[in-house]
Amino acid sequence: MAFLEVKNLYKNFGETKVLKGVSFEMERGEVFSVIGSSGNGKTTLLRCLNFLELADEGSITVDGEVIFPFAENAKKKALPKKRLTFGMVFQNFNLFPQYTALENVTLAMNVKSKNELKGMKFFDPQRKRLLKEKQAQNEAEAKLLLARVGLENKMDNYPCELSGGQQQRVAIARALALSPDILCFDEPTSALDPELTGEVLKVIKQLRDEGRTMIIVTHEMEFARNVSDKIIFMSDGVIEEMGPPEQLFEAPQSEKTKAFFNGYTTEVEK
Amino acid sequence: MEFITVTQSLFEGFAITCLLFVLTLLFSLPLGLLISFCTMSKIKAIKGVFKVLVWVIRGVPLMLQLFIVYYLPGMLSPMGINPFGKIDNYLYFNVGIDNGGALLATLIAFVINYAAYFSEIFRGGIEAIPKGQYEAGQVLGLTKNQIFKQIVLMQVVKHILAPISNEVITLVKDTALARVIGVIEIIKVADMFASKAIIWPLFYAGAFYLVFVGLLTILFNYFEKKLSYYKV
Repeated sequence: MAFLEVKNLYKNFGETKVLKGVSFEMERGEVFSVIGSSGNGKTTLLRCLNFLELADEGSITVDGEVIFPFAENAKKKALPKKRLTFGMVFQNFNLFPQYTALENVTLAMNVKSKNELKGMKFFDPQRKRLLKEKQAQNEAEAKLLLARVGLENKMDNYPCELSGGQQQRVAIARALALSPDILCFDEPTSALDPELTGEVLKVIKQLRDEGRTMIIVTHEMEFARNVSDKIIFMSDGVIEEMGPPEQLFEAPQSEKTKAFFNGYTTEVEK
Repeated sequence: MEFITVTQSLFEGFAITCLLFVLTLLFSLPLGLLISFCTMSKIKAIKGVFKVLVWVIRGVPLMLQLFIVYYLPGMLSPMGINPFGKIDNYLYFNVGIDNGGALLATLIAFVINYAAYFSEIFRGGIEAIPKGQYEAGQVLGLTKNQIFKQIVLMQVVKHILAPISNEVITLVKDTALARVIGVIEIIKVADMFASKAIIWPLFYAGAFYLVFVGLLTILFNYFEKKLSYYKV
């Protein structure tokens, strides 16, 4: 049984059918890139995995546990916890502007620590001490994460003081903070100037080398080719073709894939 | 001699003005937040009712609302007794405030009126927060409440500070309306001198407002500066 199994995901927005039966499997430590033209369901697929949208049909299984669809009665309460299986990095970063880089990373960790102490009375001095300890731990951990994305000198800066590339790297550190099983990237470099793209891609590559399981929606073809174990080409709400990069880039099977890559190469040659 | 007496009397009136101001803010701000949630409710009936309510409250002169709050209960009671009149006596004997009933009626009318205005400011501020902020909180496993408290609220405060300060300053001067149902606030005090053909206390009263609004302006500038460390 594969680590992640996505079976037959369907999603409609009103009359528009965005996902029309998407299925794939991936193993722990694999990196998948999802490519395809805009409006073909790539982002919706990621959003369904993170439960930002709830799929209309289909199932998601992680490590043998069905995390979607939810059990009938557990729907609302379990949702925040279930989301933590996946981490998400957004196209436009979505950092919290009123917090420093460090606080952006520790925020969710501290909330989690507080939740874990919920059993204790609020004014219990023991609780206060434990919470302080945990917060110190969280901060130390967050500092390590920020150092790993190369921002040890920017920890106390606010997002508005950082470049786009730096902001996206903070966002990656923030997504790593709760150690998700699978990290999703939704066009992580699309909002960046070309000269800032490299620093973000470098971090993603580094995460691959550490053995992170990742799903990356991207338009950076060269990058997708270099970093991925498999490439998913999506067209019209379904997976048109899926396979190792060599297959898709050099010997695509489907006509649509061929057409897409032809369009892409002529674009580059121009 | 006359100047000292006038100053003393005006200060007594001004105390009532300040009391009205502080209490109105204290209750109308949270009530406004509550109303803003109702006007943004997904339940259509609640949303509709509160939208109409806000329209009525913002659409009728505040002075008229004072009359309605003060006189309507008495008109509706079978004995024709104004309940606020009873409070008059109680407050007079216990705390020594004249026309306490009218003060309470004013407070109720002001709180409702200002809550309606504040609710629209809150709504604007909350709706200005990009969806991505909520989503970023959601994927980090935060609950709706946590997202509002930890992420959204601070950003809303920054958005709404300027319009709120406008309303607050307007409130300072709106308190003068309370005299129409007999609250003895600073303008009423000055007016009582005027009826004895001493006009200048009216102008003098203006200085009290000016100074008070000046202090509020400094306070709001301070808050704005405190929140300027980040950009949304």
